[in-house]
Amino acid sequence: MFETHLLTLAIWVPILAGILILFTGNDKNAALARWLALAGSLVAFAVTIPLYTHFDFANGGFQFSETYEWITSFNIRYSLGVDGIAVPLILLTSFTTVLVVIAGWEVIETRVAQYNAAFLIMSGLMIGVFSALDAIMYYIFWEAMLIPMFLVIGIWGGPNRVYATIKFFLYTLLGSLLMLVAFIYLFQKTGSFALADFYKLPLDMTAQLLIFGAFFMAFAVKIPMWPVHTWLPDAHVEAPTGGSLVLAAIMLKLGGYSFLRFAMPITPDASLYLAPYMIALSLIAVVYIAFVALVQTDMKKLIAYSSISHMGFVTLGFFIFYSAGKTIALEGAIVQMISHGFISAAMFLCVGVLYDRVHSRNIADYGGVVDTMPVFTGFAVLFAMANAGLPGTSGFVGEFMVILGAIQANFWYAFAASTTLIMGAAYTLWMVKRVFYGQVTHQHVAELQDINKREFLILAILAAFVIGFGVYPKPITELTHASVAQFLSHMAISKLPGL
Amino acid sequence: MQNIQLDVITILPEIIVFTMAMVVLLTDLFLKPSNRMMIYLLSQFTLLAAIVAIIKTHTPTIGYVFTGLFVDDTLSDTIKVMILSSTFIYFVYTRSYLEVRKLFCGEFYALCLFGLLGMMIMVSGSHFLTLYIGLELLSLSLYALVALDRDNARATEAAMKYFVLGALASGMLLYGISMIYGATGSLNLAQVASQILNVDLHKPVLVLGLVFVVSGLAFKLGAVPFQMWVPDVYEGAPTAMTLFIASVSKLAAFVFVIRFLAQGLSALSHDWAGMLLMMAVLSMAIGNVTAIAQTNLKRMLAYSTISHVGFLLYGIMSASINGYASALFYITAYVLMTLAGFGMMLLLSRKGFEAEQISDLKGLSQRSPWFAFMMMITMFSMAGVPLTVGFFAKFTVLQAALQAGYTGMVVFAVLMAAIGAYYYLRVVWYMYFEKPEDASAITAPMDMKLILSLNALLLLALGLFPQPLMNIAGRAMQLSIQ
Repeated sequence: MFETHLLTLAIWVPILAGILILFTGNDKNAALARWLALAGSLVAFAVTIPLYTHFDFANGGFQFSETYEWITSFNIRYSLGVDGIAVPLILLTSFTTVLVVIAGWEVIETRVAQYNAAFLIMSGLMIGVFSALDAIMYYIFWEAMLIPMFLVIGIWGGPNRVYATIKFFLYTLLGSLLMLVAFIYLFQKTGSFALADFYKLPLDMTAQLLIFGAFFMAFAVKIPMWPVHTWLPDAHVEAPTGGSLVLAAIMLKLGGYSFLRFAMPITPDASLYLAPYMIALSLIAVVYIAFVALVQTDMKKLIAYSSISHMGFVTLGFFIFYSAGKTIALEGAIVQMISHGFISAAMFLCVGVLYDRVHSRNIADYGGVVDTMPVFTGFAVLFAMANAGLPGTSGFVGEFMVILGAIQANFWYAFAASTTLIMGAAYTLWMVKRVFYGQVTHQHVAELQDINKREFLILAILAAFVIGFGVYPKPITELTHASVAQFLSHMAISKLPGL
Repeated sequence: MQNIQLDVITILPEIIVFTMAMVVLLTDLFLKPSNRMMIYLLSQFTLLAAIVAIIKTHTPTIGYVFTGLFVDDTLSDTIKVMILSSTFIYFVYTRSYLEVRKLFCGEFYALCLFGLLGMMIMVSGSHFLTLYIGLELLSLSLYALVALDRDNARATEAAMKYFVLGALASGMLLYGISMIYGATGSLNLAQVASQILNVDLHKPVLVLGLVFVVSGLAFKLGAVPFQMWVPDVYEGAPTAMTLFIASVSKLAAFVFVIRFLAQGLSALSHDWAGMLLMMAVLSMAIGNVTAIAQTNLKRMLAYSTISHVGFLLYGIMSASINGYASALFYITAYVLMTLAGFGMMLLLSRKGFEAEQISDLKGLSQRSPWFAFMMMITMFSMAGVPLTVGFFAKFTVLQAALQAGYTGMVVFAVLMAAIGAYYYLRVVWYMYFEKPEDASAITAPMDMKLILSLNALLLLALGLFPQPLMNIAGRAMQLSIQ
């Protein structure tokens, strides 16, 4: 029975757990709320594991599908299903939620129940985005997820939180409303909101370009691509650690995933036509944003810009496919999404560890942390190396695959993309040098306590994944392989009528 | 004889409301002030009795009575039930507000019931004169209601403004009607509709009449450029009276527009759709942009209403059954949201304190997490964010407008919706991100708290399962509009 409703469970278990936590009331019951949240997130993670263990690796289509009538007037269905691209992202989501709950354990002291509930509900909504096969259902999850994030940044965020959270909300809302118009247009052509029907619909070039534009607005803001990235540094800086974690590890991936799920298969000819421009935007993100990251004085801002730069690799991998014709870049982009999920989460956690102790994110306020926190520094340097793309860490695998694909398309694409290996190392290691090494110049650094067991646990788990996937990325590539092949059949076939 | 009997049975709900309005007025004379509760109970009983009467006599057919002056169709029955039930909620919300301000009197309930009667006649009018009489009955009751608190200078000013501009709009409407009469020789909606089609009539007169009619209707709805009265009246009138104008009466005004344009003048849809289009675009632009600058919650909601009217007009100007049904869905969602929004203001008001500034909501999430949550649902619903009924309201209207070919306008509308989201978010911001300045507990009767919670949760429930309401709206339009 559970077999057929796995996705429903994956979505609704965390949401219901979140609602349950809300009923624990005020901070007098904070401990209860924490334990409930931990239990809820663990159960929610547990129900997503069968998605991997029961997955049919040879099948590139949608699995674990469920479809029910929902709104018959508009032929909107409650329709779920996942392929090899969605499964790793869903696992990443439910896993990250467990980390978020643990990461906020002692750190969040006010409105504990609401904090944990917001993240559990958000987790369910994000899994909904990854598994919806009906455009309106997808849209509802996509937008609804903004509400808890809006509250998380606004309530538990830093001093400039209101500006950051409203910017975040309006930016993403504005982008996605045009996507809704595109969905309604497609509905009028096909008579349903089913993704499968959208894939089959022939569209002329003008329509494809317009629809692609609408999708682009929604997804490019979310990823975020240059030049619509400006909300991300603000949101990251003000968000509490848990918020940054979810933002970097999962929310950015929603945009990338949606390019694969919607924009490219529904409008393949427009994607082909616009691929050079998309590649150009991606390369600007990779190269230019890396320079921007270099000059940051705020650690969180630096990591935020580094995220934008790394997500540039993801979009580069997607669109290089049209020039190279090989799937390696595409698969590399997917690996990069997963790997960035772990690495960026770890990086933000490291900043969170320092921030909880010193209450500053300024690089200049640190120096010589290694003297007082040796264990923590070990982890931080490992994650920094992974962020820079050191071979043997997961950060290397995705970037290498994308560059390998790029060089088949055009030497200069690959050349520009490879500069990130230098630039990434430059800004990350420079930050490491200034924060962790050198003389202890500040009194508060000299008084630092090394990480406790809770923090050690989270960082150790993440380190295991980062090295594990760096050495042996096969679980991800194996999972995605058949689905990517299936996907090519949609993306590579022209939908222009009469051809 | 048979006919008269049928006629009387058909207007039974109106007879109930009318009789009870008289009874309330008379009973009030003989009641001690301490027994005023009886008036309230009598009024609520009236509403329930009228609802039962409508449901019992409902048939899916269209019945004309009183020589075609009055129509009883599914649309009128549906809307009347909605009007009566929202008035029921309205009475629950306003009771303690009125008691505290010494406005809890028979006149209030009698005026509301007379206004209600006017709305029911508007909704069932199948003749320009019936429609007009209903409108005037409603308008006069509303003017008096706004001025009911006679020592309140602001309210009196608002009533004056409302009256003068309202009279002007009624005049325009009548002038337009007279031109249409001149062109077609009839005042009966069905006859006017067929005359426009059949006879080789003088089109310029007809279109000129249409311009005046549309202006009058736009005034009643509060669409730009006839919106001037809306913010002033909303702000000046006591919150309880504002709620009546903002919520229940909009339902009647909507059907009024449908009767005029979609039934009487449907053949001119090409002409009026263009006018509505202009007004819709302007309403959305001015409503949303101006609302951003407001610090007074009532004024903000007034501008928000103007922008909602813009969306509503998108549904009407699509000029199809689908479009009218989407507009009906929209207006129903709008009324529910408005009831919840103003209900929250009434909840937070107490003796000597009117909660009407946005800053009065500061830190509500700490004072009362539950009601802050309810208000948040309402605000997100008004902004049209998914999981709430507001999303599907916008969705259905945009879908109808796209189907009618207004692609550019739809893109404009969603951009405006994104701008509009800002000021709704600001309310959430004040409730959740600010510290409370006012620590006083919320003192409201239990029934109000319960109904208000149900009202807000209904926004959520309809956002997850909108199909029942879509069925009701679609059925009402399909069975009533030919």
